[in-house]
Amino acid sequence: MAMASVNNWSEGLSDEALEIQSMAKAFADKELAPYMTEWDINETYPLDALRKMAQLGFGATSSAAPVLSRHDAAVGFEALATGCVSTTAFITVHNMAVWIIDTFANDTLRERYIPHLATFDKVASYCLTEPGAGSDAGNLATSAVKKGDHYILNGSKAFISGGGDSDVYVVMCRTGGPGPKGISCIVVEKGTPGLSFGKKEKKVGWNSQPTRAVIFEDCAVPVTNLVGKEGQGFSMAMQALNGGRINVSACSLGGAHAALEAAIEHTNIRKQFGKPLADNQSIQFKLAEMATSLVASRLMVRYAAKQLDGKTPAAGAWAAMAKLQATDKCFEIANEAIQLHGGYGYLKDYKVQQYMRDLRVHQILEGTNQIMRLVIAREMLK
Amino acid sequence: MYARRGFVLAVSSEMSLRVLVPVKRVVDYAVKIRVVGGKVDTANVKHSMNPFDEIAVEEAVRLKEKKTAAEVIALTVGPAKSQETLRTALAMGADNAVHIEVPEGQEIQPLQVAKLLRAYVEKEKPGLVILGKQAIDDDAGQTGQLLAGLLNWPQATFASKIEFADAAKKILVTREIDGGLETVEAPLPAIVTADLRLNEPRYATLPNIMKAKKKPLTKITPADLGVDITPSIDVLSVSEPPKRVGGKKVESVDELVDKLKNEAGVI
Repeated sequence: MAMASVNNWSEGLSDEALEIQSMAKAFADKELAPYMTEWDINETYPLDALRKMAQLGFGATSSAAPVLSRHDAAVGFEALATGCVSTTAFITVHNMAVWIIDTFANDTLRERYIPHLATFDKVASYCLTEPGAGSDAGNLATSAVKKGDHYILNGSKAFISGGGDSDVYVVMCRTGGPGPKGISCIVVEKGTPGLSFGKKEKKVGWNSQPTRAVIFEDCAVPVTNLVGKEGQGFSMAMQALNGGRINVSACSLGGAHAALEAAIEHTNIRKQFGKPLADNQSIQFKLAEMATSLVASRLMVRYAAKQLDGKTPAAGAWAAMAKLQATDKCFEIANEAIQLHGGYGYLKDYKVQQYMRDLRVHQILEGTNQIMRLVIAREMLK
Repeated sequence: MYARRGFVLAVSSEMSLRVLVPVKRVVDYAVKIRVVGGKVDTANVKHSMNPFDEIAVEEAVRLKEKKTAAEVIALTVGPAKSQETLRTALAMGADNAVHIEVPEGQEIQPLQVAKLLRAYVEKEKPGLVILGKQAIDDDAGQTGQLLAGLLNWPQATFASKIEFADAAKKILVTREIDGGLETVEAPLPAIVTADLRLNEPRYATLPNIMKAKKKPLTKITPADLGVDITPSIDVLSVSEPPKRVGGKKVESVDELVDKLKNEAGVI
């Protein structure tokens, strides 16, 4: 179905971005969309599809040369997400962990990990959140005490995407005093004694990714696995989240785009009272609102991505604004799309409900949308 | 690889084979076509590379990877927007691109394309031209054949497999025909048209998409090649297929024959 020119997601893109979008959409249509329902219902972790995405360059868009701009990566992830939000979001989280290693770690660590992570031969997980520290991440408690050549880690992380399956864990832990400045970033490999995992969480969505607690019990990690310097971990985590927020917003855009397209198609076909639903003004109003909301969100995400590319000082606040806008609005679009499908929208045979469920968590993770407001206000009140 | 014959150094054709792949920008296969004002509506409609041309590009790129071909040239005839298609070919692995630019809205037909290709081929002398077997907008399926006729080159159409023999001086092409599969042999230079099962085109990788903008893209006009592109066929009308109507159940074969003859008018 041709999307009207008013919601043309190709509008204003460079030749290169157009090519990326077109390739990613073709990939999504063929390799993701036919399977997203099955992956969700069976909680399948589609390693093959993820590896294919990585082979095309989506495994480390900001790290493996040639590096993609944040803007063009967002365009790519948006297109991929139309095929499966959960799987695409997972590769963006992996990208975020890879970025930390690539940006802040020394060459030894970079050479050891990046080549394998870029191809998705090995998978990385980003470990910040704890049972007692979610939004209050600066007060995390997982400790890393130096003992000779090793850091001994104790504590646990919650809700870790890829937890238990991933090979490499990028862990924020406390090496120093209280608060953000006492936090460092250490890379822990799966199989390290003292590293274990909780049960696989049963989630409302994001079911093609395993989510588990990551537990450290006297887990000894070589000091050479420290990323950058002690005390820099929190800053690294926050900087990484700027990119992560753009990408997860891009996934929201893709999911909402697909949900809106489905709603347009359905309201054109479904007839009640002798005419297609789309002939009713109330339905037309609803579709117009959804499209307007989607276009506004998309422009904000792409603009924020450009700010990040340009390294403007307020880029983090831009990213927070885009994330707040896009994740909230796109969830609403998907939710409305269910309503427009009537009873059918509630059946798992139809994809709209999955877009809604998958998008719901984007309003919560990578910084709740409440924290986003704090980030924005802090910038405004400087 | 060199073969020394007397005082002449001859490079084997394997190392110097240049493959030309003409590509066309068409309305995307997934789009629901509508006829507006007696023409197919192409405004604000998604376009992409003709699927059979993607297969042709893929085959040429594979030949380069196997080191059978030295260079892959993508070429298109069309208005400014056709450049997108060349970019896709470059992103898939073509080495350079040629855009024969015509004015927006100008109608271009297979014979004129074949004439332009002939002029280009006579200048640049590629050893092999691989085209898609047909474009999905006009389904003409003529350009490859016309080009072969104009150049007086052998043609192997509807290829499902291309192999090389005799130090890459000959091709063995398996063709899909009504009766099954047929293999033909032809010396190079030759024309091949690609059919669906020849290969499965790759997705362009992000690195290759980014490298594509550095590859050479030359623009020329039909005048540069001395070719008149005036269409030689007039299109009298374009209409959508009739809307689907409900079927009817019949009670007997006689009734069926009667309806086919007197109502549907097909026998």
